[in-house]
Amino acid sequence: MDSVNAHLLRETRRQFLGRATRGIGSMALASLLNPGLLSAAPAESDPWRGLIQPLHTRAKAKRIIYLYMAGGPSHLETFDFKPELIRLDGQPMPESFTKGEQVAQLQGQELRCMGAQFPFARHGQCGHEMTSLFPHMAAIADELCIIKSMQTEQINHDPAHTFMNSGTAISGRPSMGSWMLYGLGSECENLPGFVVMTSWAGRSPQPVSTRQWHSGFLPSKFQGVQFHSKGDPVHYIGSPAGVNDARQRDIVDAVQTLNGYHDEAVDEAEIATRISQYEMAFRMQTSVPDLVEIRDEPQHILDMYGTQGADGTFAFNCLLARRMAERGVRFIQLYHRGWDHHNDLKNFMEISSGCVDQATAALVKDLKQRGMLEDTLIIWGGEFGRTPMVQADKGGPGRDHHIKGFSMCMAGGGIKPGFSYGETDELGYNAVKDVVSVHDFHATILHQMGIDHKKLTYRYQGRDFRLTDVAGNVVKGILA
Amino acid sequence: MLVLVGGALLSPRAASQEPLPERIEFNRHVRPILSNNCFLCHGPDKNARESGLRLDIREEALAERDGMHAIVPGDLAASEVVRRILSADPDEKMPPVDSERHLSEREIAVLTRWIEEGAAYEPHWAYVRPELADAPAVATPGWVRNPVDRYVLHDLEAAGLGPSPEADRVTLIRRLSFDLIGLPPTSAEVEAFVGDASPDAYERLVERLLASPHYGERMAIYWLDLVRYADTVGYHGDQVRGMAPYRDYVIQAFNENMPFDQFTREQLAGDLLEKPTVTQQVASGFNRLNMVTREGGAQAEDYLARYAADRVRTTATAWLGSSMGCAQCHDHKFDPFTIKDFYSFGAFFADIEEEGVQNNLGNEGLFPPFLTFPDDAQRESLRAYEEKLARLEGLIALHDVPSLDAVEQECRALKREKSQFELGLLTSAITVPAEPRMMRVLPRGNWMDDTGEVVTPAVPAFLGGMWQRGERPTRLDLAAWLTDRDNPLTARVFVNRLWKQYFGVGIARVLDDFGSQGEWPKHPELLDCLAVEFMERGWDVKHMVRLLVTSAAYRQTSVVDGTLKERDPENRMIARQSRFRLPAELVRDNALRVSGLIDLSLGGRSVFPYQPAGYYSLLNFPTRDYPEEHGRNLYRRGVYMHWQRTFLHPGLVAFDAPSREECTAERVVSNSPQQALTLLNDPIYVEAARCFAERILAEGGESADAKIAWAYREALSRQPEAREVEVMRGLYEEHYRQYLEDGAAAEAFIRIGEKPAPEGMAPAQLAAWSSVSRTLLNLHETIYRY
Repeated sequence: MDSVNAHLLRETRRQFLGRATRGIGSMALASLLNPGLLSAAPAESDPWRGLIQPLHTRAKAKRIIYLYMAGGPSHLETFDFKPELIRLDGQPMPESFTKGEQVAQLQGQELRCMGAQFPFARHGQCGHEMTSLFPHMAAIADELCIIKSMQTEQINHDPAHTFMNSGTAISGRPSMGSWMLYGLGSECENLPGFVVMTSWAGRSPQPVSTRQWHSGFLPSKFQGVQFHSKGDPVHYIGSPAGVNDARQRDIVDAVQTLNGYHDEAVDEAEIATRISQYEMAFRMQTSVPDLVEIRDEPQHILDMYGTQGADGTFAFNCLLARRMAERGVRFIQLYHRGWDHHNDLKNFMEISSGCVDQATAALVKDLKQRGMLEDTLIIWGGEFGRTPMVQADKGGPGRDHHIKGFSMCMAGGGIKPGFSYGETDELGYNAVKDVVSVHDFHATILHQMGIDHKKLTYRYQGRDFRLTDVAGNVVKGILA
Repeated sequence: MLVLVGGALLSPRAASQEPLPERIEFNRHVRPILSNNCFLCHGPDKNARESGLRLDIREEALAERDGMHAIVPGDLAASEVVRRILSADPDEKMPPVDSERHLSEREIAVLTRWIEEGAAYEPHWAYVRPELADAPAVATPGWVRNPVDRYVLHDLEAAGLGPSPEADRVTLIRRLSFDLIGLPPTSAEVEAFVGDASPDAYERLVERLLASPHYGERMAIYWLDLVRYADTVGYHGDQVRGMAPYRDYVIQAFNENMPFDQFTREQLAGDLLEKPTVTQQVASGFNRLNMVTREGGAQAEDYLARYAADRVRTTATAWLGSSMGCAQCHDHKFDPFTIKDFYSFGAFFADIEEEGVQNNLGNEGLFPPFLTFPDDAQRESLRAYEEKLARLEGLIALHDVPSLDAVEQECRALKREKSQFELGLLTSAITVPAEPRMMRVLPRGNWMDDTGEVVTPAVPAFLGGMWQRGERPTRLDLAAWLTDRDNPLTARVFVNRLWKQYFGVGIARVLDDFGSQGEWPKHPELLDCLAVEFMERGWDVKHMVRLLVTSAAYRQTSVVDGTLKERDPENRMIARQSRFRLPAELVRDNALRVSGLIDLSLGGRSVFPYQPAGYYSLLNFPTRDYPEEHGRNLYRRGVYMHWQRTFLHPGLVAFDAPSREECTAERVVSNSPQQALTLLNDPIYVEAARCFAERILAEGGESADAKIAWAYREALSRQPEAREVEVMRGLYEEHYRQYLEDGAAAEAFIRIGEKPAPEGMAPAQLAAWSSVSRTLLNLHETIYRY
């Protein structure tokens, strides 16, 4: 029966491919409504190739790995060295800095300075200043571009995440990974083009919503797909108990054949798409387990990342991210939760940085040795930074949320390596030189992917929406 | 594929290939071009206006400016606009070269012809009171069953098209059942209808379905999307709010055919009615459906401003089909909404009792004010709590205790305990009116800027005045204004959404924007006729539904020939019916119904069907375990599923259900591998398939072919073709052989799902027939409405 069905299936495909090449008018329209169809012309299994063809500019990066430090790591204990703040440690924070500015948990509290809790040193040829918390990243300092003048507009975690991911604090807008897929399509035929993974260690973690990788008003095929460290790596990826691959294939074949017959009767363009989505689903059922099964990784690679296997750690996720990058996944976002250091910052910084330092450096080195760093953009950073002022009401000294100045870090993807951009003031409060807004950040990463941020739009409620809303300038100063 | 150059063009513009119309009409032909290309800098927003020129108002466009006239009616040579749009000089060309906008040749032709013909303006169609036009003449009145058809046919004839034949009876009963009650017909229902030769069989079927309690469930889905109904608050910890009685209110209101003006009044202002009933208070929970936060460090004033803005967006979208939300930071770019309109509209809601950040009870309490609906035992416990609390508070008030601290502590502990207890009750957040907070215009939407002018409740002036009872307009006045015969938008917006529900695409395509950037309705006279009918029939929703689904237009087949498809791919002309995939909830309901698993009980608390383990692991404050159901609640309809905004059930997400954090007027419809994985592997669909197989074995007859035919009738209401039987028989025989050999696999398979397989059914048989039923439940035809 297998061969019969396989034959029927081939016949069906042939027929609807024949149909697809007839009548360009209806095809164009159908593809507008359902972009997947556009690519159905050469072969129905092809993934969506993206709206922007050709690209607006030459792409420097083909994919992005975004190491999202959820909770908001302190810039003052990572990349932004402020001797003056150390000198003023324990002194009142000058009011000229804070007057009229938003605060979060420090509402109504006395504002005092707190200097860096870890020593800084210069690293690499470029002389990046970094703390002792990041020995591995310090060793690859010359690969890193550090932006020290980030600003955001949202001071609470939930809207700040939403703003960082979608360019607005209002829910229901597409996240940047969804925009990427919509604009560029996927290069990968058996994995989702936008993948999200999470890990946690450190202080009580902030929630992270599926809104952060939602496609909003874009078709939901552009949504990020979450990979899980427990149970099925992707929801419903495993066949039911008692159904082996061959039997699952039989069922998919029967579905495809019968859908093909049905198409002959009703001539429905969506059926072609559905058939290709069932093919993709079936391929994912094999390729996802292959992806997360890391038996073929040599021990020295595992050691380099600092993982022993599927342990749900950031390190393991970084290894998977590399494997996804190799397979053509367009946008990979790894959340590490645990950076919300309102109290006992010293202890929690050690835990959090201990979880991410080695693996971040390993990812950069591993991509480099495979020749992939040049077209993979790596981003490291959180939704905001932390106050130069101490927060002392919750235990040992910590820092509150801070939006006026913080740091992010990038590597690869056509960004200047060993380069530092922008400055905050002497206390690390306000970004004062070469300020980079979240919209600028978005414009820049779209640019690296070959997209003019003003031209990637989607009309919803009568308005042409963009990831960068109505703002954003490419930060030319960091482009290699 | 030239059409695919910009995202904006995702909205198909078949118009660009059309010849110029006989007569250029401002609203239909000119306004969209101006709005799309010019209003951004020469439109309503005074702060963005360039050179002081605005083109949305005729007097302004014609006025002299630096010795020039943008538009001189009838004189192309003297019209600066014409010179600029034709200019080859990049410094002069309009729209500017770097604006990402440009005019097509056809658009230039339309503009110049319009100026040549006198540059007549018209008020925007949607802002004018709808009136009944004379019923249009048609050449073939025999097709017309009711006024809807007359308008449709008139436009078809004008376009040289004719209607499609009526669909066959099986398709009709399936279509009506999905559209009106969201469930497939049973095979007995299909048989009865197909065999009913009486002339009013169709109308009686419609009446039966309209009288079904499941009609309200079907209608509720779209209303709940608009009002963003969910069981949790959305921001940060996404805690439970408890709103199920509000959801049941909506279902019941549709079932009882509550007039839409009353439905509007009770939701916006049920609390302001004289001696509000419990039901009216529950209805007023509409004002409490916005996202709220409990995040530490959040500032109350910041979030109160967000809640106000959210309410403006939702109310304006749901009732007015307007993007008033765009005026939060500046005057609207395309429509005459000012920033003051936005905040004045928000001021209607300034009297709602609420806290900006409600975290005085820790992470776990509910969000007052709310009503509780306890059973008798729970009522008893609640009374005990309240008595104890009253006693303690009395002591504190009188300072009548040796250790005040200890009592205060006890009191706090007790409040916490009570709030824990309340979490287990059926509750519904309601609106309680309080002294209105002062509202200001927030310049650029910035809540920290207190320089803006103070505003009082008002509706946008260009939409007509509002009658008010007292000194300060209230939400009751707002509700009355929304449903006033003179309101140009509410009725149009509502009937247009009904049309979308029954014909697949709105008469005006953009359901949530009736402004300049929306789209001119395809059959404006029809839309106005329906709007007028709706209002003049006392906002009778079932009457409108009946009118639409008994029309000849509705009854057409959705099978379409290539020429018509080519000519009208989106079915804007209604020369046929549309087809569409069932909404997420109904994909599930259909499988449960076909399998016989479904529990059709109505209302009550939200339910927790199977969900992948650990899905809530990223939630915190508090951390959450998923309280998976046992027994019948596993098989309730999708409309009753627990709606966790930040982690909506993956089976619903896969089929495009919105998170309901924001007002959603139209769900996106996608076709993704996640849908295939869900239907293939989600245990609810596997269990449904196995239970369907049990029915096939028990009721399907003797031979394999008979069983297959029976299964097709149950799932698709039709006989299988011979080649379909062949595929299914092949699948069954092969899998039966395999499962006989691999008994363990069969055993493992039939244990999926909580409902046990019946004793005495051979596992290999059951598993093999389940392969057939899984195939059926995965078919495109199964999840589609034709």
